[in-house]
Amino acid sequence: MKFTLSWLKDHLETDASLDEILETLTDLGLEVEGVENPAEKLKGFTIAKVAAAEKHPDADKLKVCRVDTDEGEKQIVCGAPNAREGITVVLAKPGMYIPGLDITISVGKIRGVESHGMMASERELELSDEHDGIIELPSGEVGQDFADWLAANRPAAVDPVIEIAITPNRPDALGVRGVARDLAARGLGTLKPMPDYDLKVTGGDCPVQVEIAENAKDGCHVFAGRLIRGVKNGPSPDWLQKKLRSIGLRPISALVDVTNLFTHDLNRPLHVFDAAKVSGPMTISRAAGGEAFTGLDEKEYVIPAGTLVISDGNGVESVGGIMGGLSTGCTEETTDVFVEAAFWDYVSIAHGGRALKINSDARYRNERGIDPGFNMEALDRACALIVELCGGEVTDTVVAGEVPDVSRAYKLDTARCSSLVGMDIPAEEQRATLERLGFVMEGDMAHVPSWRPDVLGEADLVEEVARMASLTKLEAKPLARTSAGVPDPILTVMQKREQMARRTAAALGYNECVTYSFIDRTAASLFGGGDDATMVANPISQDMSHMRPDLLPGLLQAAARNQARGQSDLALFEIGATWHGGEPGEQKVQVAGILVGRTGPKDVHGAARSVDLFDAKADAEALLSAIGAPAKVQVLRGGDGWWHPGRHGRICLGPKKTLGVFGELHPKVLAELDVKGPVVGFVLWPEEVPEPRKAGASRGAVVLNDLQVVERDFAFVVDADVEALTLVNAAAGADKAMIEEVRIFDEFIGGALGEGKKSIALTVRIQPQDKTLKDEEIEAIATKVVEKVTKATGGVLRG
Amino acid sequence: MDDLKAKWLGAIGEAADEASLEDLRVQAVGKKGEISLKMRELGKMTPEERQVAGPALNALKDEINTALAAKKTALADAALDERLKTEWLDVTLPGRDRRTGTVHPVSQVWEEVTAIFADMGFAVAEGPQIETDWYNFDALNIPSHHPARAEMDTFYMHRAEGDDRPPHVLRTHTSPVQIRSMEAQGAPIRTISPGRVYRADYDQTHTPMFHQVEGLAIDRDISMANLKWVLEEFFSAYFGTSVKTRFRASHFPFTEPSAEVDIQCSWEGGTVKVGEGDDWLEVLGSGMVHPKVLSAAGVDPAEWQGFAFGMGIDRIAMLKYGIPDLRAFFDSDLRWLRHYGFPALQVPTIRGGV
Repeated sequence: MKFTLSWLKDHLETDASLDEILETLTDLGLEVEGVENPAEKLKGFTIAKVAAAEKHPDADKLKVCRVDTDEGEKQIVCGAPNAREGITVVLAKPGMYIPGLDITISVGKIRGVESHGMMASERELELSDEHDGIIELPSGEVGQDFADWLAANRPAAVDPVIEIAITPNRPDALGVRGVARDLAARGLGTLKPMPDYDLKVTGGDCPVQVEIAENAKDGCHVFAGRLIRGVKNGPSPDWLQKKLRSIGLRPISALVDVTNLFTHDLNRPLHVFDAAKVSGPMTISRAAGGEAFTGLDEKEYVIPAGTLVISDGNGVESVGGIMGGLSTGCTEETTDVFVEAAFWDYVSIAHGGRALKINSDARYRNERGIDPGFNMEALDRACALIVELCGGEVTDTVVAGEVPDVSRAYKLDTARCSSLVGMDIPAEEQRATLERLGFVMEGDMAHVPSWRPDVLGEADLVEEVARMASLTKLEAKPLARTSAGVPDPILTVMQKREQMARRTAAALGYNECVTYSFIDRTAASLFGGGDDATMVANPISQDMSHMRPDLLPGLLQAAARNQARGQSDLALFEIGATWHGGEPGEQKVQVAGILVGRTGPKDVHGAARSVDLFDAKADAEALLSAIGAPAKVQVLRGGDGWWHPGRHGRICLGPKKTLGVFGELHPKVLAELDVKGPVVGFVLWPEEVPEPRKAGASRGAVVLNDLQVVERDFAFVVDADVEALTLVNAAAGADKAMIEEVRIFDEFIGGALGEGKKSIALTVRIQPQDKTLKDEEIEAIATKVVEKVTKATGGVLRG
Repeated sequence: MDDLKAKWLGAIGEAADEASLEDLRVQAVGKKGEISLKMRELGKMTPEERQVAGPALNALKDEINTALAAKKTALADAALDERLKTEWLDVTLPGRDRRTGTVHPVSQVWEEVTAIFADMGFAVAEGPQIETDWYNFDALNIPSHHPARAEMDTFYMHRAEGDDRPPHVLRTHTSPVQIRSMEAQGAPIRTISPGRVYRADYDQTHTPMFHQVEGLAIDRDISMANLKWVLEEFFSAYFGTSVKTRFRASHFPFTEPSAEVDIQCSWEGGTVKVGEGDDWLEVLGSGMVHPKVLSAAGVDPAEWQGFAFGMGIDRIAMLKYGIPDLRAFFDSDLRWLRHYGFPALQVPTIRGGV
């Protein structure tokens, strides 16, 4: 909302400076978004007098002037035709910036004569386009600040334009008068009374018939109007045009300009119909839907069902409270005008405006709430002004419906007000504050003024009191701890798991990403998503149309972007929500990581190599371990289709509980997402990891056996599709008490072993429990290992 | 005797390697060595002669053994020195590469914020990001016609044909979590709700997804003055310097009274410094929880009151760490992640400073 300082002062009697006003506005919740102050760029320009002007010795059109300034007499060379002895001028001293020329003045020589400054024209100071000569002032003292002179003599030239943001609860401040009322209530001046007006009703009864249809009675409370016959429409007077222009509005014609004035000055939208173009009675109703309508903005609309419209014999002529129609709009030829002031149901206006996608000043105000108590007076004031500007005979008022009674009162609990805000505001001050805002106090009941639709309860009174008392004065008061001593831990198991997983992944060399929760349908479909349930109805772009079913597509797209920038070795991870449906709660936290390219750049030690599935597996296991997953898990196949069918494993607790998946991504998926592969990665579901059993912090005693450990190596030849874990489990089962660990240390496929065969080498670590083992005892265990493994795998011990 | 001593010690001193040293040992103190043979002669001596020659021979043998050991060590040391001289490596070659991971600033700040508020007794609550219309709006005193709905640039979820419920939304703030927390726990309550939120907007300081943290404290006598204290404590701990706040009246449907909160800052050369200077920077919205919001969450407003606030995690991360562009947060540019990311073990703590 924009207004000028002088416009504000039409309503507010004040001596406050611009800065004070700006600060107060912001403090009151009418946040200043910008201010354009022409005086700013005139800072430093002073008034001077030309004492003498003589022709330049070497130039016909130049004059050498001696100028009286606040710094004594100066010699200035000037080319203006009106530069002459005795005139009062505006001086720019050396070093000053001239806005209209975009230059900084310096002492210089013009055709050999020194010049110490410049006398400015209106255009050079951006006051107007006038550039026929330098400014000649009718008054002013040497040394006087030019901006001050303008403020006193031509205030419009230095009238600051203030723009404030209005929160939705303050429709009353959508008119300049409402802003002035707030400032006055704060004590920044006094609210001037509304000017008198004199409406002479000379036109008899109003011939226009209006009716509110039954289906619109809840949407239009009152619809009132007067006809003015014999108006002469044309450009509005200078003062009105200037006023509208000052806040960026285009003057149209006197009739229209009056409605715009009321809208911005008093937050009172009105509408003017060209009565000659209205055919028959006017009916306010809810549209059936589908009607064609051309707005005053000359755009075509199709009216949505239920919208409040004003119709006549020709159909829809106006969308109530939102926009008038082109066909009945006022023009220069209008002679009979029907002036309308209505009070609409603001919810209906909000819904109608949103459905039509019309953002008009009228809708903006009608949906936030205008003052119903002002409805009839506004009509009369507008008619009086129109007659004053355009002449004409005003008829009686025609009214359909009635002005609603919005009177209400709430109890002001002055103690609660203090306790809620935490400021000691004397009870009397609280009452006085409300009264200054237009509330009427009756005992401790506060009657709400009709222009404050936002005040709907006791808490709103507190808000008004606090706002006026100024929250900048609020003093901090400590909030006591809920209990004395060390605060209790507050993180949940899941929150701790996420943090542990995050820090562990970073420690393992992964860079954490935060990617968008929505991705494109194609990428979502590749990972089991992309259905309508997870679709955003109004995405900001087609790349962000679906909630991600998995973190991998986002990470892979990040990898593709990095590859395009020349980064080929990547370790990326993310922790975040994924969606399997569109209902609240149909989301799961995932931890996902990908490895692309090599383990590092090529290096002198030859240590870098291509990443592979076992890197991803080790990292997945490290993360699971960090978040407290059991050490004993199964690795099963049969994961989702976006994994390489032969190169992935599910980390499971039983066949139905999957804690995570690791593996290589399917080459087709990578190709679809433009990622240069191969890519390996993992996905973990930390919520699937069982909750730790409730136990103390104690870890039990450690058993440290002093007896010498024995290690024995074995190599078995088995079929190539036998999984290594089968051998490990079989070997470990040979003597559960003695065998501490079984490790695989070699795998060899094919070669001399022949097609379809491989060799797996194991180290079995035997820890004697209570006595050193004799050779035969060790041999017995070794034999058992061979037996178990060959039985479990059908393999043979390699000779 | 003195001749013997001079002979053997001299020879040991001149031995050039371990082999010749071993030869000398055998010749001198070996079983058939000169000293050993001399010792055998002791038996033939008179007790008086033996009294003198015995200790002298023993002393000589010890002396030779010591000399042999010392020479052996000296030779070994010399040999090692010689070998080490040849074992020269170019230590300016790079060490074996190790990948360095990073934690995203959003996560780091998440932990910083939760660490500080935990110390003031605030729990951390999270909730669904797809929300019902009711939790995101109605329960927060934003009825369907409220202009705030339009101003929030809400993302709506698709509604299947025939499903006449109002469409779910991507939560526009984490305030719905406050409602869910109060429903679950009642009052008194202190909780913060950090998380992802969504609004349809995109430019240098707006992305369609961003992160917010909201705070809620409800008790019998919590006031706006307490809110100011909590926020000043928070900002001072967060920025690591004393930070003043300024409250300005504002409006949010879910709080009353409402205030915009500015923090003290200075602008120099286009960069902002928090906690100094005379300027103010708007960082959050706050207020006393609206009675209707308490009622909607099943908390009796006649008995309980308290404050709520909300601020952008990304925004305060940008302020603290001097990150210029919000869009880059979600682009995963490796160069950006490395530059603005945090070491794995830099866990924010109250005792170490966040």
